[in-house]
Amino acid sequence: MDCPELISEIKNKLPDFSALCVQEDYPDQVCIKVSPEIFKGACFTLHKMLASPVMMLFALDERNGLNKFVINCVFVSYRRRQWITVSTDILQESAYFDSLAKTIYSASLFEREIWEMFGIQARGNPDLRRLHLHDEVWPQENYPLRKDFQKVHEGNLGEYKFSRVEGRGVFEVAVGPVHAGIIGPGHFRFSVSGEPIINLETRLGFTHRGVEKLFEGKLYSQAINLSESVCGNSVFAHSLAFAQAAEKISGLVISAQVAYLRGIFLELERMYNHVNDIGGIAIDVGFSFPAAFASIIKEAILQLNDSLCASRYLKKVNLVGGVSVDIDSAKKYLLLCSLKNIKKDFNELVKILNDSVSFMDRVDTTGILKRKTAQDLGVVGLVGRASGISTDLRRYFPGVYEEAKFKMITQESGDVLARLKVRALEFFESCRLIEEFSEKLVTGGNIRVNPEQKGGSALGYVEGCRGPVLYWLKTDSAGVIQRAKIVDASFHNWQGLTFAVLGNIIPDFPVCNKSFNLSYSGNDL
Amino acid sequence: MILILKNRILKGVVTRHIEPGLVRELNSTGLKLKALIRKKFGKSLHIRQVDTGSCSGCESEIISTNNPIYDLQRFGVNFVASPRHADALLVTGPLSKNMLVALKSAYESMPEPKFVITLGDCALDGGLFKGSYYIEGPIKDILPVVLHIPGCPPSPLTIIKALLDLLQKEK
Ligand code: SF4
Repeated sequence: MDCPELISEIKNKLPDFSALCVQEDYPDQVCIKVSPEIFKGACFTLHKMLASPVMMLFALDERNGLNKFVINCVFVSYRRRQWITVSTDILQESAYFDSLAKTIYSASLFEREIWEMFGIQARGNPDLRRLHLHDEVWPQENYPLRKDFQKVHEGNLGEYKFSRVEGRGVFEVAVGPVHAGIIGPGHFRFSVSGEPIINLETRLGFTHRGVEKLFEGKLYSQAINLSESVCGNSVFAHSLAFAQAAEKISGLVISAQVAYLRGIFLELERMYNHVNDIGGIAIDVGFSFPAAFASIIKEAILQLNDSLCASRYLKKVNLVGGVSVDIDSAKKYLLLCSLKNIKKDFNELVKILNDSVSFMDRVDTTGILKRKTAQDLGVVGLVGRASGISTDLRRYFPGVYEEAKFKMITQESGDVLARLKVRALEFFESCRLIEEFSEKLVTGGNIRVNPEQKGGSALGYVEGCRGPVLYWLKTDSAGVIQRAKIVDASFHNWQGLTFAVLGNIIPDFPVCNKSFNLSYSGNDL
Repeated sequence: MILILKNRILKGVVTRHIEPGLVRELNSTGLKLKALIRKKFGKSLHIRQVDTGSCSGCESEIISTNNPIYDLQRFGVNFVASPRHADALLVTGPLSKNMLVALKSAYESMPEPKFVITLGDCALDGGLFKGSYYIEGPIKDILPVVLHIPGCPPSPLTIIKALLDLLQKEK
């Protein structure tokens, strides 16, 4: 049995804990198999012990052959630099498990997802409304992620029940799914008393496309394209997380050159998103000059991407086993020169914003997400860092970031201003990292290896511009994907937004929303 | 304020900052577009965009057409906040089941005459998402589509050129 210290630590907290088996599949991944009876207790103990939210909770359909469903719950341990999975089998005759949601809030959305996709009930979860498959268009008892799901059969349609706030003078404002701007679809329902928002309920799922099912049956070469289309402004982060998982399964080790190149592209993606969001915050308080300025900087980065790899959004750059684009000395020169200009412009942009008293007045103490709330909700990534939670995969699973002396950026206040500051400081840090990485590039190195087709399962993880992007893959011996579970940071963080807006007025909602800038498509899959 | 002025003066017209070839192309395309819009729609063409499940890559490029570098607005093309103000509906995404009703009602609430443009490979036939359990058939089977702008996502210049081509064809 592996990891004796981990197990004895759990036993200290939970005396009747016993594992069926413990495997250290990869140096950064441990899987603890337990019986369904102690699944809930084991998860809760790990949650407390590691101070980790549920990073992933998902089901696998293995009824064909093994006659069971599997439930996996993934936590992260920054101290051990490991991902710890608690796994349990449930027989198909009794398709339920004990809900974690009452003790671990961050499990609740995942449980709703498992219920609608697999028909496996989290017993004891008070809220099992469907998340992605809307009741109005998708009949009940159709579970698309089950292996035997062919096509939808007729059944009853229903209606979504919003939670209601009632009382004298309380009224509701419903917005969406089609919004005024050029933006993804989502429905927001505000309950307002006087001016302040007293409750916000988001209903998402409008961009649900059945992505996870589409991964099934695909080979890596086809699936990586699909991963690039999951979330259009995190193309590189998604394809990288996918490629990492596939490379782990194939036992591939990538070269240092590839690691640096990937680092550069990942930071370029972060930069254009951060400047875009800063511009968005400015426009949402009606400050148009810096917004236009930010869009010029964004365009410069997109054009730089285009000249480096013939794609403005870094599509078709990642491959399983490497990258398709090298940066030679001419491109490196271009990269560093453009970066210098971009940095100069960005510096001015930040100064303009800082110098404007009326702008600061709008963003300071607006949309506060308290640290405690963020922790309870399991908020991750950039939004978490702005609320004082030190979570950044680049720091805890550093790879090439270690030698570049990556500096994690956090703020304490958790308001719009804090999120803006984190973005601005990270932008500069990204510039610095790209410069460091490009120093290390060599010419003529091999930038791709062909993956071996092997069976297995692994987790790929990347700190994208919003936070962690996680891909859990399972393949059969021919290398065909059997199951893909994707979690974008947005899935965790939408909940945070509904708390950050409380007490603010509706006209400040856009700026709060922009300061989170979460993905619809990455959430809805 | 001083910084804004300084930047405004130093930067001048930013379209100069991109390659000269591109600017020339953009200007000639755009001016033709403006003339055509004048002739056909009076002063300007108003577009309402609807996302039916896109990855947001297409949205990002549509927004880029409005940045100071491409500045589609100067040619008389405006993106409006409500379908009730729009001449054209610009649809992206593979049409998720959840968006079917919203898409139809957006179209219905537009005043006549109206037309529909689809943008991005997803919007043509589902693209990479074709065959998924949650995708409704191609948009052109549901609404009268007069133009498709291909690409994943199409670049801002492609979008501007495609709009021009369309207007030249339409009588
Ligand atoms: S066409 Fe491409 S960029 Fe546009 S929505 Fe589809 S996948 Fe995204």
